[in-house]
Amino acid sequence: MITAERKPLEEIIDSVKPFQRILLVGCNECVTVCAAGGRKEVGILASALQMNFMKAGQTIDIKELTLERQCDPEYVEELSTHMDQVDAVLSMACGCGVQEIARRYKDKPVLPAVNTKFMGASERQGVWAERCQGCGDCLLGLTGGICPIARCSKRLLNGPCGGSTNGKCEISPEVDCVWQLIWDRLKALGMEDRYEDIMPAKNWQTGRGGGPRKIIREDLAE
Amino acid sequence: MKTESTLEKILASGNLAVTSECGPPRGAVPDKVKEKAEMLRGYVDAVNVTDNQTAMVRMSSFAACVIIKQMGMDPILQMVTRDRNRLAMQADILGAYAHGIDTMLCLSGDHPHFGDHPQAMNVHDIDSIQFVQMVHTMREKGTFQGGDDIINPPKMFIGAAANPFADPFELRVARLAKKAKAGADFVQTQCIYNLDKFETWMKGVVDRGLHEKVHVLAGVTPMKTAGMARYMKNKVPGMDVPDEIVDRMAGVPKEKQAEEGIKICVESIQRLKDVEGVSGFHIMAIEWEQKVPEIVKKAGLYPRPEIA
Amino acid sequence: MKQFEPVIVAFCCHYCAYTAADMAGSKRLSYPANVNIVRVPCSGKVDAIHLMKAFEKGADGVYVAGCLEGDCHFKNGNTKVARRVAYVKKLLDEIGIGGERLEMFYMSAGMGERFARVATEMTKKIRKLGPNPTKAMSTGNQGEAVA
Ligand code: SF4
Ligand code: SF4
Repeated sequence: MITAERKPLEEIIDSVKPFQRILLVGCNECVTVCAAGGRKEVGILASALQMNFMKAGQTIDIKELTLERQCDPEYVEELSTHMDQVDAVLSMACGCGVQEIARRYKDKPVLPAVNTKFMGASERQGVWAERCQGCGDCLLGLTGGICPIARCSKRLLNGPCGGSTNGKCEISPEVDCVWQLIWDRLKALGMEDRYEDIMPAKNWQTGRGGGPRKIIREDLAE
Repeated sequence: MKTESTLEKILASGNLAVTSECGPPRGAVPDKVKEKAEMLRGYVDAVNVTDNQTAMVRMSSFAACVIIKQMGMDPILQMVTRDRNRLAMQADILGAYAHGIDTMLCLSGDHPHFGDHPQAMNVHDIDSIQFVQMVHTMREKGTFQGGDDIINPPKMFIGAAANPFADPFELRVARLAKKAKAGADFVQTQCIYNLDKFETWMKGVVDRGLHEKVHVLAGVTPMKTAGMARYMKNKVPGMDVPDEIVDRMAGVPKEKQAEEGIKICVESIQRLKDVEGVSGFHIMAIEWEQKVPEIVKKAGLYPRPEIA
Repeated sequence: MKQFEPVIVAFCCHYCAYTAADMAGSKRLSYPANVNIVRVPCSGKVDAIHLMKAFEKGADGVYVAGCLEGDCHFKNGNTKVARRVAYVKKLLDEIGIGGERLEMFYMSAGMGERFARVATEMTKKIRKLGPNPTKAMSTGNQGEAVA
């Protein structure tokens, strides 16, 4: 999933200051799962903003709404009936959701309330970690199902570097050395001999290096 | 000979090679480069010039190499994959070669996290093994990494780093094999303090005949103080400093510690000379270049052979 | 000047604190009338939004009272809510309401005295802190902790 974290309240408060009527919009997908911008977080943020302005003797009109999926035009359309009653939209979805609202409602400012972080998985309750950088040419089949692009601090395709220590990465004892993980997994799979194959330099064209990307499925596209 | 490199000639002659390093200054001060290099003249065969070492901005390795070359000495151009993509790397290699720099060291580099610009984006377009492969292709096939022909391809003598002490240990020989396969001509190792472990690694290297494909220069660094020994033991990732070394440094009075450090360094070289597969030494006297001549002499590596 | 009388909301678990309040009553232990008890089936049922809403609606202090550690009827509702309380405390600090207005307490059903003491102490503390700053503008500054 795409993970996110609520921005510091101070930053959010600053960004909504110029506006009187706010539409606060959450999303039911990834940001709900990572507890950053679902219905619950929308409620909490609305309450926090409300109190913040009450404290200063001001009022702010906040309308709360959580969409099924904010990165989908079909659902974003649901906001249309509210738009003429608000001055700005504050979105708790990932950057994709924010942009979808901006694309659909051209004359309304839309502000992000979360920082979109990475594509990751849940390691345990309340902990999410990066897993994929969407390089567009997945090589997990060669690396025991563990991604060195997303998880090696130096993005080494032929690791580990000389800083790997007791299974941890040189940048911090809190970070696993992904090449230790890959090696352990290759061993478990009986694929040790793979290790000495040199992985060639990556073609980043399929990734962000090739410019903004798009997928077109001919059979579905209208 | 594959190249014009002095280091290649020394190694080919069967002599033990000696290299040392010079960290460029953190400012536009050419005299500092000259001063450091001058201390090493006649005592080493080639001088590594570091590339934004520990992820701190310094004068570029390329520029400092040119200064050293103009002094009639032999620089080794270090380059890290952290700061440049493949275009910039190849461009700099052409430039360096055009200035007569014919030996280089291909590294991935310390993470910016450790340096003075932790905000910087790290490039890592290719990794150190792919880097070796690229320079090798430039030399042997005369083509760029993208496939086009090079006019007057640079003939670099290609070095890489090897750390026998990082984890997992069981991969450390295999990793050298990968670097040899990629086309490395020589490697310089991480500073060796745990000689037993190094010898175990070296035996693995020799058993696979890797020492015949790639020259291994054993890395040594004299300790200045017991504090430095402790710091290296505890704080530097991938460094293995046994307790005996720390204790030995701490066991002498403060004013004698530097001397003890040099002694340990010289003894290490003496012992390593007899290890099968060791082709020479890389003496990294960090901000202590003036001690290199003494170490070289005491270790019996002086005078350096004259190679035409 | 009239003494400031804070409004305090206490979310009390049915199995422990709520029963303890009863016990305090039957033992004739007095505790301040400022404390408004909200009975919940488990302290773990109290969500961050409930705590926030209590303050937004004008509470000057809020606390959650759950079972002693290891005694939760639903395994760990009490430790879960404790982390939520810590989270909301930070949030309250961020918006200048003050995290110290929110607390977590543990007690068993038999601890009538403890219930009364907690209620009294919390009331004292909030009285000292003054009114919830969100009310400051409308009620005229009575407390000392007005931002
Ligand atoms: S190899 Fe590419 S697509 Fe596959 S997990 Fe890694 S970044 Fe994602
Ligand atoms: S220690 Fe491991 S994860 Fe960290 S940079 Fe080196 S190889 Fe990558």
